[in-house]
Amino acid sequence: MSEPLRGVVTVGADLLAGALEEQGADVTRVDWRPPMEGTEADLATVALDPRRRDANDRAVEAVLAVQANLVDVAPASEVLGLGAGEFLHAGPPIGWDRASGPLRGALMGAAALEGLADDPESTAALFESGDGVSWEPCHHHGAVGPMAGVVSPSMWMFVLEDAESGRRSYCSLNEGLGKVLRYGAYGPEVLARLRWMTRVLGPLLRDAVRDTGPVDVTGILTQMLQMGDEAHNRNRAGTLMLLRDLASAMTLSGHPAEDVGEALRFIGGNDHFFLNLAMPACKLALDAARGIEGSTMVVAMARNGTDFGIQVAGTGDEWFTGPAQVPDGLYLGDYGPEDANPDIGDSAITETAGLGGFSMATAPAIVRFVGGSVPDALATTRRMREITLAESPRWTIPVLEFAGAPTGIDVAAVCRTGILPQINTGMAGKVAGTGQVGAGLVTPPAEIFPAALSALASRVP
Amino acid sequence: MAADPVHVEVRRGAYADSVALLQVSRDVAAVDGVLAAQVAMATPLNVEVLAGMGFPVPDCSPNDMVVAIRLADDSRLPDALAAVDAALRGGSRGGGSAAEEEAPRTTRSALSRSDASIALVSVPGASAAVEAMDALDAGRDVMVFSDNVPLAQEVALKQTASSHGLLVMGPDCGTAMVGGVGLGFANSMAAGSGPTVGIVAASGTGCQQLMCLLSYAGVTVGAALGVGGRDLSAAVGGLSTREALRRLDADPTIDQILLVSKPPDPGVGAAIDQLTAALATPVTAALLGSRGPDLTTAAELVLDACRVEAPSWPTWSRDTSTRQSRRSGYLRGLFVGGTLCDEAMLLATKRLGPVRSNIPLSPDLALDASLTADTHLMVDFGDDGLTQGRAHPMIDPTLRLEHVARMAADAATGVLLMDVVLGHGAEPDPAALLAPAIEAARRQRDLPVVVACVGTEGDPQGLSRQAEALAAAGAQVFLSNFEATMTALDLVETGT
Repeated sequence: MSEPLRGVVTVGADLLAGALEEQGADVTRVDWRPPMEGTEADLATVALDPRRRDANDRAVEAVLAVQANLVDVAPASEVLGLGAGEFLHAGPPIGWDRASGPLRGALMGAAALEGLADDPESTAALFESGDGVSWEPCHHHGAVGPMAGVVSPSMWMFVLEDAESGRRSYCSLNEGLGKVLRYGAYGPEVLARLRWMTRVLGPLLRDAVRDTGPVDVTGILTQMLQMGDEAHNRNRAGTLMLLRDLASAMTLSGHPAEDVGEALRFIGGNDHFFLNLAMPACKLALDAARGIEGSTMVVAMARNGTDFGIQVAGTGDEWFTGPAQVPDGLYLGDYGPEDANPDIGDSAITETAGLGGFSMATAPAIVRFVGGSVPDALATTRRMREITLAESPRWTIPVLEFAGAPTGIDVAAVCRTGILPQINTGMAGKVAGTGQVGAGLVTPPAEIFPAALSALASRVP
Repeated sequence: MAADPVHVEVRRGAYADSVALLQVSRDVAAVDGVLAAQVAMATPLNVEVLAGMGFPVPDCSPNDMVVAIRLADDSRLPDALAAVDAALRGGSRGGGSAAEEEAPRTTRSALSRSDASIALVSVPGASAAVEAMDALDAGRDVMVFSDNVPLAQEVALKQTASSHGLLVMGPDCGTAMVGGVGLGFANSMAAGSGPTVGIVAASGTGCQQLMCLLSYAGVTVGAALGVGGRDLSAAVGGLSTREALRRLDADPTIDQILLVSKPPDPGVGAAIDQLTAALATPVTAALLGSRGPDLTTAAELVLDACRVEAPSWPTWSRDTSTRQSRRSGYLRGLFVGGTLCDEAMLLATKRLGPVRSNIPLSPDLALDASLTADTHLMVDFGDDGLTQGRAHPMIDPTLRLEHVARMAADAATGVLLMDVVLGHGAEPDPAALLAPAIEAARRQRDLPVVVACVGTEGDPQGLSRQAEALAAAGAQVFLSNFEATMTALDLVETGT
């Protein structure tokens, strides 16, 4: 104990740090602030839970070990067992009475797509009565969906599989931007595009994927981060890499050349096409940590346009929900904040896995799109380290000296620091049928973290 | 009657620690035209203080900062608010450009960026275990300066530490010295010529007294490890004491170990005895208490074990011919050091009978919130009950100075006994305020004042400089709290 100190970390009274510096000690000060109100006792209970450290280590290890391969493309009726009148949607469970405009719009459009009625508007009565229709969260079926995230039986799904465990996750095919179902639009052009995706794009991709063999989605994500994509609001490099991997098999698939050409043009013209692969890859990784008792890691963040919900490794399938916030960002055309619906979509699964807003530093090209600056982006990624359990050894960020993406949100760290997860997101119009109105940044409602912490504390033996 | 204008604002989510805010309040109060200023976190205690100062306090939570200013006239408000902001900025560290890394927000984060050997935790007690656990998770030792840490949390921390060979000092550990660096309130130790002693002590000022006495005697204090006042209880089981003893034993530079504590739980004490008997380094164990030695005797015991002759402990007074005379009345002790207060009480009780206190030797002797009684009494201003939401009296002497004046004005006070604790972290010049208070007390009615001044010449405040200033004000000053207390007892006319 008489050997020289390597240094001292001080947390608390600055005076004591000063006293150490007076003696020539190397001092690192913690910028400590009181935790979220009323969380002290639960924080101590969770911190002192003898299972926590090992549980979180195992959760991190499990998430990082997942290698997601695109292995198939198939209709939801086949791979998710959806029957007539059954729908999936983004976010935590919600009834029609509280459902937001874009979620209602997407359900109505999907009902029309499935032939429950000719006119989407007329399907509202079906959902209101619940007669012959039902809807459940994507997350309850191993799936994720961007924005409204509505999946109906005839929609084709990407099927991702973990090479090691054989577990699978699912996501629909991305429709592009603007007036699209996932933003709550359901006009004739929206339904026409969906029908083309079901008739042409899905089967073509299925054949190309089966012919090409498993596509390493996790590996493409690794490369995307080196190329300026954060895999939530920018998926340009990822989309092109997917095309590179599948183009040959698509052209040789035997499908009509005009269909192949149209499909290549559609994918190449939609910078977000890869989002629907990034999301299920993240879902597959995070599901590996589900059910690890004692772990404080968030395994899902999802919004249905009304509620923002999180699920935590150590609290089973319980949702902790609060009101979804309206994002802060930039608006398309004449749209303004009054037109925006509160936050919606399962796409925050990317942030939950360390991408999107958490890897903002790697995507300076879009900082203005979400209303920020490059230094903000660097600061955001660094700040997210304060609330995450690990850095990804695989997903690295060149501009931060190849630091790993901040991975595994720690409920306790959020409550301690008051730092909320930073999410990059698109904004849907709040009136059903509108579509996208902008993009920006959003955070979860703070109160869901103390609620999750309290549930974790109550499970400590 | 027109009241002076008052400005009260709640800054939600703003935070600074209580010591920093004390300085901010002082800076703002010093602004021309400001009659009173209090910038504080809205803890229940601070809200009470604000109300006591006559400020209307709006609804707020302990996580909010309240800025309350009373002005000579409204025109002064902009200056006062500018001073608040400047003072708050001055207190905050880091900053820099946006491209620069922000300061870590948790101990975990700080330790991921630093290979620091140890973490020093002084956040409020309710949050201390969480920060301390971060250090243990990262495989580092931790010193918990914070008080008010629940016992169950202490036990859990120490069990975790023990299973990983890590050391938890504290909680409520005011002083330690590791690797030649004083942590918390610590005195500057010069390397002595004699043998090297390692100290294991419960906590703060008792350890400082020992270090200062040993340093004065010329031995080297190689390390001082504080284990917290509850470590040798049955609940904690001496986990930190055991680890501390093992660490000192493993250190080849340590020749002698001094273990000082209050009487332990019998079972724990027996286990510690077994451990010390098995160590290669000789251990002098001093169990303080009514049947055990005082701190000065403990220091002398270890000096004896080191074969170093104990010196005459130094004392300072204005001049020997005007030594203070015996007085009728009660002994009033006003302490900043809990162990020093406790030691004085034990000594006083033997001579004078029961002594009332806020840290009483038995519950029936407890003082009420007024901290006054028509008896012998001793107050520990550093006790948890008096420091919640307020800086320690070794940093902020205000509360004790108020009581010095009150005790001096009380005709029943026969002798005033105090401690002054020097070292890193303590007030830069305690005598600057205390000496005038002593002079004022003595001007009133020649009240004898005795002071134990715990420090070293190497301390930023300088032992002789402080002791001489206090002696010049009329106090008799001692390095040894034992000698100070015995002198005070000699001055009290008993049985009057």
